[in-house]
Amino acid sequence: MGRYLAGRLIQTALVMLAMSLAVYLVIGLMPGDPIDLMISGDPRITPADAERLRALHGLDRPLWDRYLAWLGPALGGDLGYSRLHAQPVLSVLMPYLGNTALLMGLSFLLAVTLALPLGIWAARREGEPADHAINLFCFAGISVPPFWLALLLMMLFAVALGWLPAGGVATVGDGGFWDRAAHLVLPVATLTLASVAGYARFMRASTIEVLRRDFVRTARAKGASESRVVLHHVLRNALLPVITLVALNFGALFSGALITETMFSYPGMGKMIYDAIMANDYNLALAGLLLATLLTLLANLAADLGYAALDPRVSLERAAA
Amino acid sequence: MMHALTAPLLRHSAHTRGWHRFLEHRPAAISAAILFVLVLLALCQPLIVAAMGQNPDAVDLLARFEPPTWAHPLGTDELGRDVFLRLLAGGRVSLFVGVVAALIGTIVGTLVGLWAGYYGGRVDSILMRVTDAVIALPLLPVLIVVAAIDPAKLGIPEAWRGGDRADLTRIVVIIALFGWTTVARLVRGAALALREQEFVRAATALGATPLRIMRVHLLPNMASPIIVATTLSVGHVILFESVLSFLGLGIQPPRASWGNMLTGAQELIWSAPLLVVYPGMLIFVTVMAFNFLGDGLQHALDPRATQRGERRTA
Repeated sequence: MGRYLAGRLIQTALVMLAMSLAVYLVIGLMPGDPIDLMISGDPRITPADAERLRALHGLDRPLWDRYLAWLGPALGGDLGYSRLHAQPVLSVLMPYLGNTALLMGLSFLLAVTLALPLGIWAARREGEPADHAINLFCFAGISVPPFWLALLLMMLFAVALGWLPAGGVATVGDGGFWDRAAHLVLPVATLTLASVAGYARFMRASTIEVLRRDFVRTARAKGASESRVVLHHVLRNALLPVITLVALNFGALFSGALITETMFSYPGMGKMIYDAIMANDYNLALAGLLLATLLTLLANLAADLGYAALDPRVSLERAAA
Repeated sequence: MMHALTAPLLRHSAHTRGWHRFLEHRPAAISAAILFVLVLLALCQPLIVAAMGQNPDAVDLLARFEPPTWAHPLGTDELGRDVFLRLLAGGRVSLFVGVVAALIGTIVGTLVGLWAGYYGGRVDSILMRVTDAVIALPLLPVLIVVAAIDPAKLGIPEAWRGGDRADLTRIVVIIALFGWTTVARLVRGAALALREQEFVRAATALGATPLRIMRVHLLPNMASPIIVATTLSVGHVILFESVLSFLGLGIQPPRASWGNMLTGAQELIWSAPLLVVYPGMLIFVTVMAFNFLGDGLQHALDPRATQRGERRTA
């Protein structure tokens, strides 16, 4: 177990290193540089000033040198300075990360809580109208453009009914618990609707497969109640592949969060990355993207560990060898 | 009933059986019909524009937010452009990007998968690590970064960068760049399994070159899952294109796309909600139709896979 975990963590670190290089080079290919922005902000800057500033910030050196100059301090935890926020990147990141964790955590819990029963229910009525209805819902869920879903929810609940705020985290001057909760409803609903369909489809397919197995028939034959068969025999086996798929979907959940946050002006990681890219804030965009990738990789690792915990047949030691 | 009556009369080839299974899958049959109409409308768009005698990109600030009239069947938008014509033009763009990027992704994925699956070894493990990494990426933020790349800094010549269709080419390339992994894994798996089959070993023993084995023995035997995956991926590509265009990184105005017609929509939800409903509804229906079509094709071509529940999701 320890050896497996160590191996996987080293692998994760290597992937992160490769990612940081790739993202750094790609960001370096974006148009303009910070000095161009300063010039457009202050017309008094002369070309000579611009050259001096470029040399001062190291922007005249090749991309490769700049990457190495970034990597050294970054490994020590210094991710540089965010120009957009005029603060060190790490202290900018933290509040956004908290907001995103809240949004993604709530909607993930909600999505799983809805998707598992939905998937099992559909699987047990395979081919019946209930199954067809759930299937239609799932296809709709994976096909709807998330930003449009957000717009529709806004139109219905913020404009037509006026029940909920259309964006932000809190009303200016209020900011109490209920006010914040009301601001979370629409973003969480959007993200949940966008992911629940996918999860329910995984769960349905996986449950159907398990329901066909011999041990289920045996359990029924020996007189186990239907609820015992489902909860005790089917659920645990059906969950295994679903865990992997859901964890692999973490990247998609993050993409969904980016759209949701942008739509509702919710100050989370996704919106922060988008704004940082748009404003040419390299350091912040890079750190945000790397953090998102790291979280995705860790989610995959957690899935593998969870898999081993649920399935005694899987030995991580053998997998490591 | 029809099926049971005609069954003994028609000598059932694999083709007719597949066709029947496809038609049995009612959502897929309906989706095929909807897509047929949408593709037809998109192809006829220049004719319709000529017939109506209006330019879908022509701004008329005196005719903003007009209600539906004979001249403007769905009214006009915030810049006085004809909404119906813009929806048609947008559909042309979305369907083109979807089909072309999905096909490129399939071709690249098939080549990578065949190579990895047939040769195995080092090439295989490197290729699979790369596909793993691409799959694990938070795709949308990465696509946004890539979409923001300045082609001049990549050394792409001016002649390619400029031009009327630069934004189209660009988005197709960007999406295809990350869209090949599903097909690559699928083809690799199939190639690994087929490689050990007797007929492939026999062909090898008879001296067939690897190229011939891939072309004659491997590819035809994995055509069905490839077709299904490509169909599903058209839907995903259209979804991604719409998101990127919506965020201002895909198709650039004045060229219409279903995504960029919604770019300013947050203001429109108060004043002109129908302008928000139309483009999104078209994206939704088109993507759903491609998803159902893929599901139906899977049902028809590869019935066992449907039972195993091997489906691709977002």
